Amino acid sequence: MMLHLRFDSKTVKDPVISQTTLEKGTLINIIRGSVGAREGELIVEIDDARADEIIEYIESKGVVVTRIHEKIAKDDEICMHCGACISICPVEVFKIRDFRVEAEYDRCIRCGICIGVCPVKALELPTI
Amino acid sequence: MRKTVDEINRKITEGSAVVVTAEEMKNIVEELGTKEAAKEVDVVTTGTFGAMCSSGVFFNFGHSDPPIKMQKVWLNDVEAYTGVAAVDAYLGVTQISDKIGMEYGGAHVIEDFVRGKEVELKATAYGTDCYPRKELVTEITLEDVNQAEMVNPRNAYQRYKAATNSSDRILKTYMGTLLPNFGNVTFAGTGEISPLNNDPEYRTIGIGTKIFLCGAEGYVIGEGTQHSPPFGTLMVKGNLKEMDAEYMRACVFPGYGVSLYIGIGIPIPILDEEMARFTAVRDRDIETEILDYGIPRRGRPVVRKVNYEELKSGSVEINGEEVRVSPLSSYLVARKIMFNLKERIEKGEFLLTEPVSRIPVKSEFKPMRQKEIVVVKNLMSGAIKIPLRTSIVDASKLIIEKGVNHLPVVDEQDRLKGIVTSWDIAKAVAKGGAESVDDIMTTRVITVYPEDPIEFAAEKLEKYRISALPVVDSKKKVLGLLTSEDISKLIARRG
Ligand code: SF4
Ligand code: SF4
Repeated sequence: MMLHLRFDSKTVKDPVISQTTLEKGTLINIIRGSVGAREGELIVEIDDARADEIIEYIESKGVVVTRIHEKIAKDDEICMHCGACISICPVEVFKIRDFRVEAEYDRCIRCGICIGVCPVKALELPTI
Repeated sequence: MRKTVDEINRKITEGSAVVVTAEEMKNIVEELGTKEAAKEVDVVTTGTFGAMCSSGVFFNFGHSDPPIKMQKVWLNDVEAYTGVAAVDAYLGVTQISDKIGMEYGGAHVIEDFVRGKEVELKATAYGTDCYPRKELVTEITLEDVNQAEMVNPRNAYQRYKAATNSSDRILKTYMGTLLPNFGNVTFAGTGEISPLNNDPEYRTIGIGTKIFLCGAEGYVIGEGTQHSPPFGTLMVKGNLKEMDAEYMRACVFPGYGVSLYIGIGIPIPILDEEMARFTAVRDRDIETEILDYGIPRRGRPVVRKVNYEELKSGSVEINGEEVRVSPLSSYLVARKIMFNLKERIEKGEFLLTEPVSRIPVKSEFKPMRQKEIVVVKNLMSGAIKIPLRTSIVDASKLIIEKGVNHLPVVDEQDRLKGIVTSWDIAKAVAKGGAESVDDIMTTRVITVYPEDPIEFAAEKLEKYRISALPVVDSKKKVLGLLTSEDISKLIARRG
């Protein structure tokens, strides 16, 4: 499962991710991040089976946690099934089935690279 | 047994013609053989739907009151060419908006027209006795114009070279986004269902052939520009007012620009056994090459030969690794066109035509005549290289002895680590404190490759306001130095 973490001016200085990893003995995969002097944002992937307790722990450190359910969204009214996105996606979300380009949304890691590749802007990462 | 187009048309009108898609034809021939298939089948329909940059529309806007002889004209801020009669203009699909740039272009204007939207027409003129008006701004729709004739100089490429990228940066091209280090491959065209691949000797597709063009009935009006069999192309025309937005799409290739996806379907009469054999062509018989777009030259190196079956499989092997492949044409829409055309013929709504003249089966595609192509290695001079940790004193001696201004700094493997100029040295001596060149050298060095065109190097010198470029190979080994003086000498020679 993916989480969106928001750090404020205090929590941004704390090693929250390392603490969580050590304390909970779990692996955390950082997908994307932007950390400044006074605030920060991270998108991380955690073990689905232990999601609740991990989230509880991170929240206890003062970090605002939002679960990300949304993956890449393909607007099928706009998509013309050209396939330009297929070879770009690092985790092979797009496949041709029955001449149509279909997206296996679950695999998406929200890297965003496909968005700039679609010639008709059929792809979007819903904001969280 | 031979059939004529007239006989086939009679069958179409009677409703007894056998019409199949190119896809179906492959199996029919496999089952029945070419002889029986030729007897059985009358028409094979083909289709393609891809970005075709060499396209546009001729408009006649009608005369305003007082009249204007347009000197410049814009449709939704996209400029059209009006160097023809007073209110005629040609809008090319790749022309981009003067206001918002690459986001919107000629292709979008054309799609907006077809979707029934209002478009702003703006024109300026110098004014004459017969055309006094100097400015015009109005809103028009497709219904308001007298003619809107799509005339595309180069469409329906028979096959196209596929693309990949050996360089270490992402390339944004008309072949889509190409990931670094052979990260992906892209290709265009629909292969075995594409019109010209099913009539490779252009026996039935020629000047005057009636076609499906973006939903309208259009015509082939000649060979396309850059026609170079087996990379054949067609020049086509059709009435925009009869077109259907379902079979055209304005698009933006990020970093490259605007284009228009165009849908073309061509019916092929099965006149004899040879035509049955042609229309049985398979993707594995259609060969092309994968080119390396990482080399910014006209003569892009061929990475490997490949056929459309391999390209459509989703991955191809390059240097022992599986590389994923993206199509750029829409096979789904191409098939829709093929089936739509089949249906129209079956209903007797679309009759075939015989070409009034053939298009060439052989033709040469010449490169542009240019002055002389000079590349960096033709002009570069030897570089005076110094190892890391050379003292400032030694470096300054070298500069004076050799009469040079630039010293590339290299490591033990001769790889570029930095550069110092005579100015850096003078400053260091004046200020004091620095011991070795490591302390004062510029480490982010702008470089060129020996095969880069000289214009490319000149642009870099100007852009970064520098006076010399180390010439390196792909491992950063220093091969020479190109200075602005070297380039000035060339200009003097050309002048
Ligand atoms: S956002 Fe990244 S991971 Fe998700 S579909 Fe696009 S390219 Fe694939
Ligand atoms: S690149 Fe865009 S239009 Fe083409 S298949 Fe992907 S989402 Fe659809």
